[in-house]
Amino acid sequence: MSTRFTLKNHSNENRLINDRLIFAALFAGLLFIIVMVRLAVLQVVEYEHFDSLSNKNRIDISPLPPQRGLIYDRNGIVLAENIPSFSLEITPENVPNLDDTLTTLAALFSVSEVDITKIRKQIKQQRRFRQFTFRQRLTEEEVAVFSVNRHTLPGVEVVGRLIRHYPQGALFAHTVGYVGRINERDQKNIDLKAYKGTQQIGKTGIEKQYESLLHGSVGYQQVETNVQGRTVRELQNVSSTSGQDLFLNLDINLQRVAAEALGEFNGAVVALVPKTGAVLAMVSKPDFDPNPFVLGISTKEYGALRDSVDMPLFNRTLRGRYPPGSTLKPFVALAGLELGLVTEQTKSFCPGWFSLPGQDHRYRCWKKHGHGHVDLKSSISQSCDVYFYDLANALGIDRLHSFLDFFDFGHRTGIDIPSESKGLSPSREWKRASRNQTWYPGETVISGIGQGFNQTTPIQLAHATAILAMRGINVRPQVARAIRKSGQSELELIEKELAESLPMEDSQHWEAVIDSMVDVVHGTRGTARHIGKNIPFKIAGKTGTAQVFGIKQDEKYDAETLAKKLHDHALFIAFAPADNPEIVVAVVAENGGSGSRTAAPIARKVIDQYFGISPSE
Amino acid sequence: MNSHLIDRHHPQRWSVTRALAVIHLDALLFLGLLMLMGAGLIILYSAGDQSTALMIRQLTRMAAAVFALLVVANIHPDRMRDAAYWLYGVGLILLIAVLAFGHEGKGAQRWLDLGFFRFQPSELMKLAVPLLVASYLAERPLSPTIPRLIIGLVMIIVPSLLIAKQPDLGTSLLIASSGLIVVFLSGISWRIIIGFIVTCTSALPVLWYVMHDYQKQRVLTFLNPESDPLGAGYHIIQSKIAIGSGGLFGRGWLEGTQSQLAFLPERSTDFIFAVIAEEFGLLGVGLLLIMYLLIAARGIYIASQAQTSFARLLAGSISMTFLVYVFVNVGMVTGLLPVVGVPLPLVSYGGTSMVTLLAGFGILMSVHTHRRMMSP
Repeated sequence: MSTRFTLKNHSNENRLINDRLIFAALFAGLLFIIVMVRLAVLQVVEYEHFDSLSNKNRIDISPLPPQRGLIYDRNGIVLAENIPSFSLEITPENVPNLDDTLTTLAALFSVSEVDITKIRKQIKQQRRFRQFTFRQRLTEEEVAVFSVNRHTLPGVEVVGRLIRHYPQGALFAHTVGYVGRINERDQKNIDLKAYKGTQQIGKTGIEKQYESLLHGSVGYQQVETNVQGRTVRELQNVSSTSGQDLFLNLDINLQRVAAEALGEFNGAVVALVPKTGAVLAMVSKPDFDPNPFVLGISTKEYGALRDSVDMPLFNRTLRGRYPPGSTLKPFVALAGLELGLVTEQTKSFCPGWFSLPGQDHRYRCWKKHGHGHVDLKSSISQSCDVYFYDLANALGIDRLHSFLDFFDFGHRTGIDIPSESKGLSPSREWKRASRNQTWYPGETVISGIGQGFNQTTPIQLAHATAILAMRGINVRPQVARAIRKSGQSELELIEKELAESLPMEDSQHWEAVIDSMVDVVHGTRGTARHIGKNIPFKIAGKTGTAQVFGIKQDEKYDAETLAKKLHDHALFIAFAPADNPEIVVAVVAENGGSGSRTAAPIARKVIDQYFGISPSE
Repeated sequence: MNSHLIDRHHPQRWSVTRALAVIHLDALLFLGLLMLMGAGLIILYSAGDQSTALMIRQLTRMAAAVFALLVVANIHPDRMRDAAYWLYGVGLILLIAVLAFGHEGKGAQRWLDLGFFRFQPSELMKLAVPLLVASYLAERPLSPTIPRLIIGLVMIIVPSLLIAKQPDLGTSLLIASSGLIVVFLSGISWRIIIGFIVTCTSALPVLWYVMHDYQKQRVLTFLNPESDPLGAGYHIIQSKIAIGSGGLFGRGWLEGTQSQLAFLPERSTDFIFAVIAEEFGLLGVGLLLIMYLLIAARGIYIASQAQTSFARLLAGSISMTFLVYVFVNVGMVTGLLPVVGVPLPLVSYGGTSMVTLLAGFGILMSVHTHRRMMSP
């Protein structure tokens, strides 16, 4: 190419491009004018037309929320139901004069001036076509008062809804749980479409566990509405499907007796059928009324529950971690028999204390002057600590830990209620991982009597006792028994698989331990002998007293001088009849002092109620 | 005030303008863009059902886009000219790759899944096409000769056809127009321009023949939206109702029933302009359009002050293409143009296009702030 073409005349080119730029800018201006004219035609000239179209444009697709399934106990008594509730709703857009309306409402429902000011502010903040809830849970009288004055209150209406209600109040607060308003965290976990129109969701307990079953599926209604938002005609209707009804294994009578038996103590009672794992009663005290949670509990009320030192919101049956104390002894004894370290006849001498060889620290027996010569049976029935210090030391923590695994100590039982705690069955690995410390032999010694690091939940205690009662058959505890689909009358039992049974070298080992537990209740020196009278069959049980407060060497535990909060926890596990177990009971009475005096009688009352035995005294 | 104390006499005096110029930002343009994006966020809050998650995602994109602007603004225009062929070449290969093994979304193959992120090669082409055409035409004296003009047009048509085949007609038309604007600015004679327009108009029936069914449907609906009020015409009918019912002053922020009660489809993306019109009225959309015009005007001023023909062509094309985006979107939402799926720049919710747009403005700033350092 010749150089002639590469020469550029810059000022010429600049003028050329600038001319074109000016033309382009003018063209842009022209486009702007065209668009503005178009917009003016739409927004000014044809405004009336489009405004009326917009107002007519109210084909509402409103969701028809499903009715939540009901929850019954095993006798068919309602534990959770849906009751109609009326609320007063204001649609600000349709209210000609908000101030007048609010003044009228204030007079009708005697609302204070301060509250009205607050409500007015809230209404101003939200969008004008959204309904504002003026008042919830209207009484019949209030509905009547409104109806009479309705003509003076355009844009205000009474809306009826079904809301969850727990007729048994606090009795099943922890087990059945409650529903509450769907919050942001819930929204992340649910299909928002399926919850259109639904305001509540299961928050705890059975309500949460079986949410998908109880909720049902949403329906839709397509309606044409007028400018005021009132339905003119229905265009389409896809009805909702109610949730499924749930029948629980819980027995309201047993639950009530257990709650009453626990009395003023904080603590827990669990009763279950060992053959099936059916949970008959689950009491956690103190409890609370779940009903205020349904429509949103007030901050003040909630704060009081949350901050109470007694922790009423805390479900002790599943999350309360207590040292098992002596209730662990039958399981340790079984480990000793099974691993061949002791036989039924092996005798041990209890001088009132135990020391590891070469150390002078004295691990004391609860009986200051000792039990003398004890064997397996007497060591369980009289709850001799020294026998179990010795046995645990012989077993070592590794063997003890892996044997306790069979009874699900340190594992979730898998009960069908959420947020169960695993408890803690200590091991060398656990201690290294969690505290970065080695395991000391002394810690094995106190593990033998269920102290030290050991922590079990009441449901774990009941579950382990059930495995013992069933001679090794492990059945997952289950609260829900059956479901009933909406519109059907027959129940559908919830199936569950049986876990395999625990293999045992000699089945006589089970009987030896269970015999010893029968001796606890019926033996002449048994620690719970006072509950063994007036009963046509044998109860197998074991008392336990768990230290809350460490007693120093050579010091005496004195209930009188200790504050109530530091009193020992009282525990008791039992099943009856011993030879053919029908019921398992585990009791934890916090700061109850003594397993034999406090916890055992509670268990006896539950057993009496279950078998229909009239109170003995 | 002492009028003699103005900056010109005291070059060392600190000012925002000068501080921004150090990092190669043009203060006026940058301020305009930030204002527009701020307004966009306020509108998106209403259009996106007050979702904070949506706002956070959009803010993240804006941050990424501003970062892209900063980076591009600091690249010398000469380096851009050097890279033009490479960018274009890579873009072409990626476009072919998309057609071969691209990721399908909403019935169109636009995405290239690179494992860690998804990339739309057409976005690269939005900048590569005007860059290459401006660079190619400015190599020789303007206005271009006929052979060079034809080569320039081929450079435009090839990627446009590839993108139209994805099919993404909206982007394809925008890329074609960004290239054609360069050609127009390069000073080709009016006879050729008029001849071109006539040819295009007569080619419309051919275009109809190659169009996809859904595209034909859109054109038909555009011509008569009422023919299919619940199907394809629904968008445009609802959009017109939203705009019209906004009136002079609008229904107020968050108060538009068309938008808030979800009658208006795609209201946070392509149809966000209708939300503005409904909630802020003619006054609101007028102000918004003026903001767009002022930004473009600054761009055109920058183009006119540029020191090389390449920079002039490029800056002019970027500024004008920005306005084309706006007018195509507004035209389609108001029913002046068929629905082609072009977002409202810097306001619509959406990802890659914002980064590309601000990178484009980065080029403008680079052109303006590197002036003194350029050889005459």
